Amino acid sequence: MVRALLSGNEAVAEGALAAGCNFFAGYPITPSSEIMHYMARELPKRGGSFIQAEDELAAINMVIGASWAGARAMTATSGPGFSLMQEGLGYAIMTETPLVIVNVMRAGPATGQATKAAQGDLMQARWGRHGDQMIPVLAPSSPQEAYDLTIEAFAIAEELRTPVVVLSDEFIAHGREVVELREKVEIPSRRKPRDPSEPPFGSPDPRIAPPMPPLGEGYYVIVTGSTHNEYGYRDVHSFETHFRLVKRLVDKIRLNVDKLFRYEVLGDDDAEVAIVCFGSVSRSAKQALRMLRSRGVRAKLLRLVTLWPMNDEVVRRELRSAKTIVVPEMNLGQLIYDVQRLAREDSRIVAVNKVGGGIPIYPSEIVEAALGGSR
Amino acid sequence: MGCSIVVDSRLCKGCGICVELCPARALELSKELSPSGYRNPVQTGKCVGCRTCEMFCPDFAIAVVCNGKGSA
Amino acid sequence: MSVAKHFSRKYLREEVLPTPFCPGCFNGVVMNAMFKAMEELGIEDLRNFVFVSGIGCSSWIPNPLIRADSLHTLHGRAVAVATGVKLANPRLNVVVIGGDGDLVAIGGNHLLHAARRNMDLLVVMVNNMVYAMTRGQLAPTTPLGFRTATTPYGNFEPPINVAKLLINTNANYVARWCVSNFHKLKQSFKEALSEVSKGFRFIEVVAPCITYVVRYEGKTPGQKIKELREACVEVKSISEIDDVERRGKIAVGVFKKELKPGYVELYESYASRAREASQK
Ligand SMILES: Cc1ncc(C[n+]2csc(CCOP(=O)(O)OP(=O)(O)O)c2C)c(N)n1
Ligand code: SF4
Ligand code: SF4
Ligand SMILES: [Mg+2]
Repeated sequence: MVRALLSGNEAVAEGALAAGCNFFAGYPITPSSEIMHYMARELPKRGGSFIQAEDELAAINMVIGASWAGARAMTATSGPGFSLMQEGLGYAIMTETPLVIVNVMRAGPATGQATKAAQGDLMQARWGRHGDQMIPVLAPSSPQEAYDLTIEAFAIAEELRTPVVVLSDEFIAHGREVVELREKVEIPSRRKPRDPSEPPFGSPDPRIAPPMPPLGEGYYVIVTGSTHNEYGYRDVHSFETHFRLVKRLVDKIRLNVDKLFRYEVLGDDDAEVAIVCFGSVSRSAKQALRMLRSRGVRAKLLRLVTLWPMNDEVVRRELRSAKTIVVPEMNLGQLIYDVQRLAREDSRIVAVNKVGGGIPIYPSEIVEAALGGSR
Repeated sequence: MGCSIVVDSRLCKGCGICVELCPARALELSKELSPSGYRNPVQTGKCVGCRTCEMFCPDFAIAVVCNGKGSA
Repeated sequence: MSVAKHFSRKYLREEVLPTPFCPGCFNGVVMNAMFKAMEELGIEDLRNFVFVSGIGCSSWIPNPLIRADSLHTLHGRAVAVATGVKLANPRLNVVVIGGDGDLVAIGGNHLLHAARRNMDLLVVMVNNMVYAMTRGQLAPTTPLGFRTATTPYGNFEPPINVAKLLINTNANYVARWCVSNFHKLKQSFKEALSEVSKGFRFIEVVAPCITYVVRYEGKTPGQKIKELREACVEVKSISEIDDVERRGKIAVGVFKKELKPGYVELYESYASRAREASQK
């Protein structure tokens, strides 16, 4: 077992390399740039390609091209760059292009506070594209998890032919911890069509991605972001073709929720107080959980690792006993919409929102919110 | 001997480029319409085999055959 | 006996013909020139080619018409996608085909930077002088005085001279031809696919949109070809370009032809330096 002291950003890069990433295109932006620096140093000597793109529009589209040419490709960015990449992500969804995109969240909108952690891009990560679509979103809460989830993101991307978002934030990105690196990671290569008669854009079972023909091998594949049938031919008029395509693309993610959904539960099964969180806030939340339980409060913590697709059943079940639910977020309230939708009707839902200045949500603030007036 | 044109009426859209550019004035557009509703070129004069019509046919609808052979 | 077919047909997907273009659209003529070049180069099939396009009428040239791998990408992003393809698999011949709006307006930045990098791509720009697909708006190439849907009183924005601009970049090859210059255009395709098969190669084809330019002017496609034969003047040296343009003509020719190493070659030597550095 190899152990290394890594920042969250370095851990992402190590994870990507372990997963066999051999193409990176990016554009400098705080607080994600260290991922790009790491790849700039490592990829050329390992036979991979690194390119500093002219902007984020170029970066995401270069990644798309590289993926079609057979590479395991990724990019990393932050808020403003993530916004610029949304159209490209939509194209990758429509064309079923595997890729990994890391968004290291900072305070926005616009340039906001470039060096300060935030969690304001949760909804953007889920819904940022126009049209009907769904892609997996994974949120690490430590450098170790940044490493593991980046590997996981590549595995999902390759298997389901989809972009996958790793939603990190500035605290994780720049925090340094010991990370256990895996000796060997095997991610199966994407499946090629058996022969040109096997459709590259259709699948009888929506949970299974169609095979992906690589460029240059005589498949004569037709790739388009316009509505297309299972062989790639544009069909921009028919209801059936469009509905069948977007339904399958969304179902490919939604119906795989059991496989994709990761979460962590700590504390008491029959908790009266639940804390629901994701990402770096979880670290304060864990401390808050300890504090609550040491005061004799039956409490639990539900930390979502997969932020999309959402496993409603799991969340509902985990929140069944909770009379009070605290949702600490480094934004003005985004995850709380899921909690409001899935919690018992009679539960008291308390938001703890704080963002800006690089100031974390402190455990005491979560505890206070949990105990409310009843202290 | 000599050259003649072969027109694919499935592809021809009757744009008339071939008729206008033929240096030998060998072509005219037909009076009657093709199944897809266009007037296709017909050969009414002597073709000198310059292949201008072929090169400028935007719909890949015209082929020039000289001595039984198409373009190389 | 098989019925003779147009020479371009062997490179096309029969099942998607006829083309989606308007009657007389010069997109097909540009294709003919490219395919004639390929035929003369002895290229039998296109399995080592990848065509990348953006959004627009001209971006429909490869996808799905050409029997080859093709990526029909977002509006303006073809050059970026093509860059990714080329770097991930340098063995492939990557050809971008697109419109003046696609490559110069919304995608202008990528064009400039691919040229700066001398990226190993052939970029073919169909300059039809308007945004055709969206029904005839102003393009960055629209001539002064031209009426379009968004300049109904005549364009007052001076157009960009793309080929001239690219001469001053690291691009290996820059040519402009009118669609009427069939043989010269074909010759440029041949050069850009054989002799100068590396680095950034740019071919602009002046091919006015039939529906939103030529018909507006009350002309037929054939008349426009004849007019272009007069209007397009070949220059032997780039110093003549301005002179020709001052006379209201369109300067055409091979403006630049070099054999500098392309990006792929430069990256390979950079990577070997990286390997050496890491072994020390
Ligand atoms: C981001 C975006 N903006 C606008 C459009 C609409 N649009 C489609 S094609 C086009 C212009 C095409 O012009 P050009 O590239 O010159 O191609 P042409 O149709 O003239 O060949 C525009 C603006 C789009 N598809 N995407
Ligand atoms: S080959 Fe030349 S002469 Fe013959 S029909 Fe065509 S344009 Fe006319
Ligand atoms: S609108 Fe213009 S460019 Fe588009 S297909 Fe018609 S003639 Fe060609
Ligand atoms: Mg145009």
